[in-house]
Amino acid sequence: MTPILQITDLTAGIEDREILKGVSLTVNPGEVHAIMGPNGSGKSTLASVLAGREEYAITGGTVVFRGNDLLELSPEDRARQGMFLAFQYPVEIPGVSTANFLKTSVNELRKFRGQEPLAPAVFLALMRERMKLVEMDQSFLSRSLNEGFSGGEKKRNEIFQMAMLEPILAVLDETDSGLDIDALRIVAGGVNALRTPTTATIIITHYQRLLDYIIPDVVHVLWDGRIVRSGGKELALELEKRGYDWIKQEAAEVA
Amino acid sequence: MAQDSAILDEVVQNDYKYGFTTDIEQDLLPKGLSEDVVRFISEKKQEPEWMLAWRLKAYQQWLKMKEPAWPNVTYPKIDFQEIIYWASPKKKESLNSLDEVDPELLATFAKLGIPLEEQKFLTGVAVDVVLDSVSIKTTFQDKLAELGIIFCPMSEAIREHPELVKQYIGSVVPTNDNFYSALNSAVFSDGSFVYIPKGVRCPIELSTYFRINARNTGQFERTLIVADEGSYVSYLEGCTAPQRDENQLHAAVVELVAHTDAEIKYSTVQNWYPGDKEGKGGIFNFVTKRGICQGDRSKISWTQVETGSAITWKYPSVILKGDHSIGEFYSVAVTNHLQQADTGTKMMHIGKNTRSRIVSKGISAGNSQNSYRGLVKVLKVAEGARNFSQCDSLLIGDACGAHTFPYLEVANKTATVEHEATTSKIGEDILFYCNQRGIDTESAVALIVNGYAREVLNQLPMEFAVEAQKLLAISLEGSVG
Ligand SMILES: Nc1ncnc2c1ncn2[C@@H]1O[C@H](COP(=O)(O)OP(=O)(O)OP(=O)(O)O)[C@@H](O)[C@H]1O
Ligand SMILES: [Mg+2]
Repeated sequence: MTPILQITDLTAGIEDREILKGVSLTVNPGEVHAIMGPNGSGKSTLASVLAGREEYAITGGTVVFRGNDLLELSPEDRARQGMFLAFQYPVEIPGVSTANFLKTSVNELRKFRGQEPLAPAVFLALMRERMKLVEMDQSFLSRSLNEGFSGGEKKRNEIFQMAMLEPILAVLDETDSGLDIDALRIVAGGVNALRTPTTATIIITHYQRLLDYIIPDVVHVLWDGRIVRSGGKELALELEKRGYDWIKQEAAEVA
Repeated sequence: MAQDSAILDEVVQNDYKYGFTTDIEQDLLPKGLSEDVVRFISEKKQEPEWMLAWRLKAYQQWLKMKEPAWPNVTYPKIDFQEIIYWASPKKKESLNSLDEVDPELLATFAKLGIPLEEQKFLTGVAVDVVLDSVSIKTTFQDKLAELGIIFCPMSEAIREHPELVKQYIGSVVPTNDNFYSALNSAVFSDGSFVYIPKGVRCPIELSTYFRINARNTGQFERTLIVADEGSYVSYLEGCTAPQRDENQLHAAVVELVAHTDAEIKYSTVQNWYPGDKEGKGGIFNFVTKRGICQGDRSKISWTQVETGSAITWKYPSVILKGDHSIGEFYSVAVTNHLQQADTGTKMMHIGKNTRSRIVSKGISAGNSQNSYRGLVKVLKVAEGARNFSQCDSLLIGDACGAHTFPYLEVANKTATVEHEATTSKIGEDILFYCNQRGIDTESAVALIVNGYAREVLNQLPMEFAVEAQKLLAISLEGSVG
């Protein structure tokens, strides 16, 4: 079985500062990985590097995505090959409706796969169906993308987009932050519904409660740019109880 | 929605799409301007004596005038003796059907994506094509004539409807209004004339495609539209031009007259050659456009999408003379590379309870400079006048500039004048977000810009809106990354 994603000794940073200091991670089809870790440990940086954000310079290591060198690809080609990032802070795009944005996005992906653009009626029907997964109201379709959306609505919109784009690998960066209890359940339900044996998900989160709904196969702790511990879902429970200090201590002892 | 994706699919080429020259034999006058040149033009057009006298008077006024220096643009000094003031395609017989049109010309329009035949038979748009100086083809004349509508080349109107032309030409933009209007009045080559009789609603969009074709030929179009009491007309003007090295001067004059209860909607999509990335070549577009709401409850609405030209200097304006009359100005002006645009409007409130609305969307990219210059003037007698202005600027990149120069002169205390302005930027975050959704940067810019300009594009008739969207995208290609 070829992994969907294989990161080996990845180092990356900005200008004179290294943020990722040697990350290795293998994600196989059908798996859900959770990445936890204190603020500033490099979780979002890792997500951004995977998505191809140019401001981060890759200084070492390799990333293989579906058998290809991911780091060679432009951000849009990564997306077209099935990489999806649910942003920690989704941007607002005034004047571009959610529907129009998604139509452009979906059709770009289809074009890449040599498929015709979806007919407007088919597309609309698909949007309506997928919105139900995250219980989003149709009225959002005609609103400018994320403009004036509440924090929770933006997060739901990310998962709605994920449902539309059907990625091979979805990286969810703190999608649970800012969600109320009901929304958390709904969003998690959406993510679960999209799980398939051939796709995978990386969930970045601070809270183990999300992992009550989306059961991870592996939990990793990222600390100071390194994965310092990996384990089953009980690791998340332990972190919830004990915090990160003990892990920091352990990591320091090893180093 | 289906159209949108078709548009985005088209956003792929990188060079100026419409840069080519058609080989049609030209009949040129030597370079330079003199009284003889004015006489020559008038004679070529078989004009009556009064028209020649009017031109000569304008020429004399022009000699005494100076080029305006106040616009926020810079360009090398124009040598008016280096310009050719007359050129016309060799085949000049009047044509009755498209079969008689030079096949080269038809091919040109096909390249431009303006299939005349299709327009004629499918869309119901009557097209008055101006290739350089002579109007070659006017369609739908017969159908319009049944309603008493006159839509013909200006030169024909001067011969066939002298009483109307005499009454209105220069009545909104006097010959000596400015340097370029005087020049235009002296040497105007052709243009369109429209008259809509009382109570008639023009059933189709009247459309003119202008195209500069002869090398070194200044274009001096003159358009006059008169809407009599209770009538309505929507007029479309579109421009593209072939790529070339020398700067070309364009100084058009457009005059609109709306009588009581009449409405004129004038839409422009301007895509003249903007020059290359180093700022070489490109059209100088110095245009005077003005309408008068002569009668009560009349309405004039300007909509413009300006993407081309090296330099644009243009302020479509409305004189709100009739009580309860309405003036509107909707504009999208795009500048990229080294383009410069100084554009806006003037709303002159004279009548009681007159209303005006200004929506200006500037988009600057590259090293370009984009200025909005607008005047809202409320005269003392203009009881209850109201204006709303919205001026937005969108910046793409760090090297361009956006400027707004709103002028307010309000002499009546009952007037309400509102001005809103915003400046936004297509930043890295937004572009990256789009990239992450599989949308490349060029398409992302097109998507965002079309969204930003929607309020203005919505004012355009459907088929024109589609064309305008394409132009926005094409003109911003290569602006990021
Ligand atoms: N573009 C940047 N410029 C400067 N510093 C940066 C940049 N991006 C990340 N950093 C720094 O790198 C470190 C890691 O940031 P990152 O956003 O990856 O953390 P995180 O693990 O996602 O934290 P949080 O849990 O708070 O979201 C932080 O110290 C952050 O300030
Ligand atoms: Mg983060």
